[in-house]
Amino acid sequence: MSAYYTAILQGSVLTVGVSLCALLVSIVLGLAGAAAKLSGRSVLVALATFYTTIIRGIPELVLMLLIFYGGTIGANNFLEWMGSEATVDINPFVAGVLTIGFIYGAYMTETFRGAMLSIPKGQMEAAVSFGMGRMQAFMRITAPQMVRYALPGFTNNWLVLIKATALVSLIGLQEMTYLAKQASAATRSPFEFFLFTAALFLIYTTVSLVVLRRLNARYSLGTKRGTL
Amino acid sequence: MKKLLLAIALGSVCAVSFAQGKDLKVAIDPTYEPFTFKTADGKPTGFDVDIASALCEQIKRKCVFVEQVWDSMIPGLQAKKYDVIISSMSITEDRLKAIDFTDKYYNTPSRVVVKKGVAYTGPASIKGKKIGVLKGSTQEKYAMGELKTVGVEVIPYEAQDQVYLDIKSGRLDGTVADFVEVTGGFLSKPEGKDYNLVGPELYIEKYFGTGAGIGMRKGEAALKAELNAAIKAIRGNGSYKKINDKYFKFDVYGK
Amino acid sequence: MNWAVIFEPQNLALFGTGIVTTLGLLFSSLTVGAVLALAFALLLTGPWAPLRWIVGAYTYVIRGTPLLIQVYLIYYGLGQLEWIQARWNDVWPWTHFKEPFFCALLAFSLNTAGYTAEMLAGAIRETNAGEIEAAQSFGMSRFQVMLRIVLPSAMRRTLPAYSNEVVMMLQSTSLASAVPSLMDVTGAASRIYSDYYLPFEAYLAAAGIYLIASFALIGMFKYSESRWLAYLAPRKH
Repeated sequence: MSAYYTAILQGSVLTVGVSLCALLVSIVLGLAGAAAKLSGRSVLVALATFYTTIIRGIPELVLMLLIFYGGTIGANNFLEWMGSEATVDINPFVAGVLTIGFIYGAYMTETFRGAMLSIPKGQMEAAVSFGMGRMQAFMRITAPQMVRYALPGFTNNWLVLIKATALVSLIGLQEMTYLAKQASAATRSPFEFFLFTAALFLIYTTVSLVVLRRLNARYSLGTKRGTL
Repeated sequence: MKKLLLAIALGSVCAVSFAQGKDLKVAIDPTYEPFTFKTADGKPTGFDVDIASALCEQIKRKCVFVEQVWDSMIPGLQAKKYDVIISSMSITEDRLKAIDFTDKYYNTPSRVVVKKGVAYTGPASIKGKKIGVLKGSTQEKYAMGELKTVGVEVIPYEAQDQVYLDIKSGRLDGTVADFVEVTGGFLSKPEGKDYNLVGPELYIEKYFGTGAGIGMRKGEAALKAELNAAIKAIRGNGSYKKINDKYFKFDVYGK
Repeated sequence: MNWAVIFEPQNLALFGTGIVTTLGLLFSSLTVGAVLALAFALLLTGPWAPLRWIVGAYTYVIRGTPLLIQVYLIYYGLGQLEWIQARWNDVWPWTHFKEPFFCALLAFSLNTAGYTAEMLAGAIRETNAGEIEAAQSFGMSRFQVMLRIVLPSAMRRTLPAYSNEVVMMLQSTSLASAVPSLMDVTGAASRIYSDYYLPFEAYLAAAGIYLIASFALIGMFKYSESRWLAYLAPRKH
């Protein structure tokens, strides 16, 4: 019996892995999307708007199933069409990371866009007048301040992302939820195992909240809050 | 700089894998005791798994077991997620349209299982009762074809052991399953003591096919010949009997 | 791509059953969840500290664990408890726990109640202090202040965030396919995929259905915002 619990704990490492990798993907996509929306070029704006609208209109599960089952067949057909003998296997981990990263990239786009819009425009003008290039201005001026504005939305997105990783169990990745379901059916005691998994998720979200609050405090140093 | 390196390291952890090599990827659905199941620490075990290992030894390739939900076994095979299915998959006409099979490696009938005391004289006698079946299995086809049509409520489940979970809790009144599987996976356990096998042994070919074989993609003649020869070999040299006797008291190869 | 298969009558019927189940689950869980959310929000902003802590702990757990685990806990977990098994054949209301639809409904309602309660409680807390003072100076009791001043205003201000929650609930109903014997849109698509081996067609069709439903819901909320939040809209002249 306790071997099942150990297995679930090992599965939790996979859960953390999927969520962190997906976070990376979503941050990259979020920054790209926010830049596209703020660029002013209509093609990019239209593309980014299409992206954020479609993602919010389709369930995560359907997208995951599409990418996992459809993606492998599509990739293999493409390789066959190109004349290659190699086969690509999109394993559940990659499918989960790509899907969750793709979905939360849309939410991050909105968060980062709101954060970038909150930075006073005069600072960009000052940076340009100093002769800073676009990249320099972004790294030194925009990015540090954006972190502070983006943190509440980012925290929210991160917490929802953690919970979305439970869905990856439905495409066969052997993380916590999958192992809990198998253990519960094999031992006919679902209550204990699902409660254990729920507790592990709760620990994960609590730790994240504490870490992100610390981050918020660090990045808010030197700012003044109005007193009521 | 440190952050950049960290990001690259994190990114390379999440890489796509390319399938190649001499490993034989075998798909199993490990919720089907005693044919395919997992021990508490996650190791696949059971009749199917042992037969697969013996066959792999014969054809000198390494068996790599891939878990898969039962109703997406065949689509997964066609998507090249694995090379063969060795998980008690029956050879039926419908399945032969999509994939290829080797010769059978065992054949056991299915039975209906209901609570002791329920008088069973045929499908119509359990009208109104809830019967659970495995989604995508031959038993589901039988239940939809013979039981649902006379008023029995047939509920498909993702995995056979989830059927047992719901029978134990009382949501289901019974199941249609392979009789060896239901004996080893349910009736011989404490929660199965109030249930028994009823009705005749079901060998109806139109639903249940001609025994369990190894599934593979169409067009793999070389692999099929290799595995057929391996099955004959282990039947001849006694390793089949050894594995058979480890799990069962009779010969499951059947007619 | 073989789209003709999707449009065969029995598959369209399958999607039809799926749509009925999905919409049925969505609207019933939103209704039950909204009623519960109102009660929880009032308790969260009420004067009794122990109740505040209990409801606060409830929303913390609901928002900290995945909906999938909540569904499994209610369907499989509760079914395992012998106390419930002894009663669910004859004693109402425990008979409902046998049905998969009820279990899914309960899980979704409790989930949406947890999120909506926090949203509503936040809006109640941010009600303009001056309005409450004015109401109290009129001699209104606590109950009257809540009913006439605070709640109408708070419910209106929650509308944008609530519209988000409703759309997310629509996407969450796809988890009903994880409960055996519930055939919702995602379950129908999975069925077609495993019967005909057509993942793209099946799941794209499902995605299309959800998109149409989402746009319809967002449109409904835009209309209700134009009615009930008209006083916050930017001036047109």
